[in-house]
Amino acid sequence: MSKKILEIKDLKREFIMGSETVHALRGISFDVNAGEFVTIMGSSGSGKTTLLNILGCLDKPSIGNYFLDGVDIKSLSRDELAQLRNHKIGFVFQSYNLLPRTTALENVELPLLYNRDVSAAERRERAIKALEAVKLADRHDHTPNQLSGGQQQRVAIARALVNEPVMILADEATGNLDSRTSYEIMALMQELNSKQGKTIVFVTHEPDIASFSSRTIQLRDGHIQKDTQNENKRSAKEVLDNLPVTDDY
Amino acid sequence: MSLINLIRIALKALQRNKLRAFLTMLGIIIGVGSVIAMVAIGQGSKQSIHDQLSNMGTNMITVQPASNLNGGVRIAGSSFQTLTIKDITALTAGAQDITEISPAVSSRGQAINGALNWPTTMSGVSPEYLDIRKLTLKDGIAFTQNDVKVSAKVCLIGQTVIDNLFPNGDNPIGKVIRFGNIPFQIIGILAPKGFNAFGQDQDDILIAPYTTVQKRILATIYYSNIYASAANEAVTDQAVKEMTSVLRDSHRLRPSDDNDFTVRTQQELIATLSSTSGLLTVLLTVVAGISLVIGGIGIMNIMYVSVTERTKEIGLRMSIGARGKDILMQFLMEAVLISITGGVIGVLIGFLSTQIVTYTLGWPTIISESSVVLSFVVCAVTGIFFGYYPAQKASRLDPIEALRYE
Repeated sequence: MSKKILEIKDLKREFIMGSETVHALRGISFDVNAGEFVTIMGSSGSGKTTLLNILGCLDKPSIGNYFLDGVDIKSLSRDELAQLRNHKIGFVFQSYNLLPRTTALENVELPLLYNRDVSAAERRERAIKALEAVKLADRHDHTPNQLSGGQQQRVAIARALVNEPVMILADEATGNLDSRTSYEIMALMQELNSKQGKTIVFVTHEPDIASFSSRTIQLRDGHIQKDTQNENKRSAKEVLDNLPVTDDY
Repeated sequence: MSLINLIRIALKALQRNKLRAFLTMLGIIIGVGSVIAMVAIGQGSKQSIHDQLSNMGTNMITVQPASNLNGGVRIAGSSFQTLTIKDITALTAGAQDITEISPAVSSRGQAINGALNWPTTMSGVSPEYLDIRKLTLKDGIAFTQNDVKVSAKVCLIGQTVIDNLFPNGDNPIGKVIRFGNIPFQIIGILAPKGFNAFGQDQDDILIAPYTTVQKRILATIYYSNIYASAANEAVTDQAVKEMTSVLRDSHRLRPSDDNDFTVRTQQELIATLSSTSGLLTVLLTVVAGISLVIGGIGIMNIMYVSVTERTKEIGLRMSIGARGKDILMQFLMEAVLISITGGVIGVLIGFLSTQIVTYTLGWPTIISESSVVLSFVVCAVTGIFFGYYPAQKASRLDPIEALRYE
């Protein structure tokens, strides 16, 4: 049995809206082991976003426990959570969230600027390596508006990799991309997962995207509806290769 | 987060919006530039006023015999005769802060050149008198200590006397005129000084060695005044104290006795000098304060807009590990960098405009280091003060909401 990266025990999250209490998560338990590629699916209102915020240490559970790499986040302060995010989580967002008018390399370096232990030289070196890992080694000096959507998302993935996190947390990371580029991103994710052994938690609402992962957790009304191992995981690279070459764009 | 990283982050953020950063700086640039230029012009005119006042002899000290009671009747000081050569000797030896000293006697009389005559005053003084009173010679030479020793019959002549005794434009140097039936050879011409504040014509004068006037005209051993100059205005009061105690000793006054002399300074002139500079300083400080506050409000305004506009960026930075205080420090650093850069540019512009004023308008200017340092410090403080509130607002954002902000 490999190491548990995530441990979630009977997790609940409630919001108080005026006089009403909204139960976004009503008791969820699951573990994620190192090296897994998990997709979390669910329609809107299923508690997907709330769960993502908690997994990303941006929010804390109301009741229940969440251990990230053995650390109980409930006991941490705002600043300690920020440190934890810096060291253990790599975020990939739907809208890339790159800094405008800033080169790809500087965007990738960003998380390391908030890490005291990394020197300027090491920061640069690691950023270059991360860009190589996402096959953008020749795009160091390009600013986001000089890059395509897929390339921007790859810069964002490099930024998520640069601090060597225990988990990459992707929030609808293919949501703004066309299907071909989505497959490219998924192929990259699969490669990071299989070759580098990165643990990936991918939030999406597209079943097509979920089929590339090794495990799918279905949320519904704040409960886990289904938690299934994906027996016939598809290879995004193969799908990409079989995609007909079109010239419709 | 280390300071270097902090500066790097803030600099990059500013670089992304250069025009805005520059426009924000403009308030500070104009503020600091105008303060430097105005202080320089103010200091320049203050210096030139100071020079003019010094020309009138602000460090001059006068000793006169004091008024006194004589059988219940007050007698004017000038009727007393108490100042002698003994006092000059004692003052020369005993008063440290005095650089020059001259006795003075004077006599009114008729100056005669052939058929022409003119009523005037002859002052008997020592050669130092010219320095003490800031008198200069237009032509010829001054008399010397030797002339004093031998009571030489030589004199210096003022422009008004020349106009009346030599109306044809003859060169008076070397000519002999008579004053009180004594013939005097004219050896120098005084540069004209015009009328003084009380309407007295300062050029209506003859100046001769005091021994000559004492012995040949007045037949007295007493002086009517003693003139002295302090080393500078700052030690004038000190010099007055020294002179007073030396003269009391010299006159053998008991502690219970009043002074039989008065020592006067050019207090009015000194007061004018300091009040002019005081007013100027207050005025400039107020202007500096107002312009820097306006610059600061500009910074605050832009920083607020910037925080709102960059909400998503703040959310991203927080999600990848920036703590609240990292965000606070970043925005504070941006504000400080704007204000300090603006300060530096402002100082340069201040220098430049000062030079332009000097060369085009010919106004005297002095750039004082204190105004540069002060406006620079005020800039940094302005940046911190007006940058803090927006920065705090940024640091308190909730990362979840900030990320979702459109």
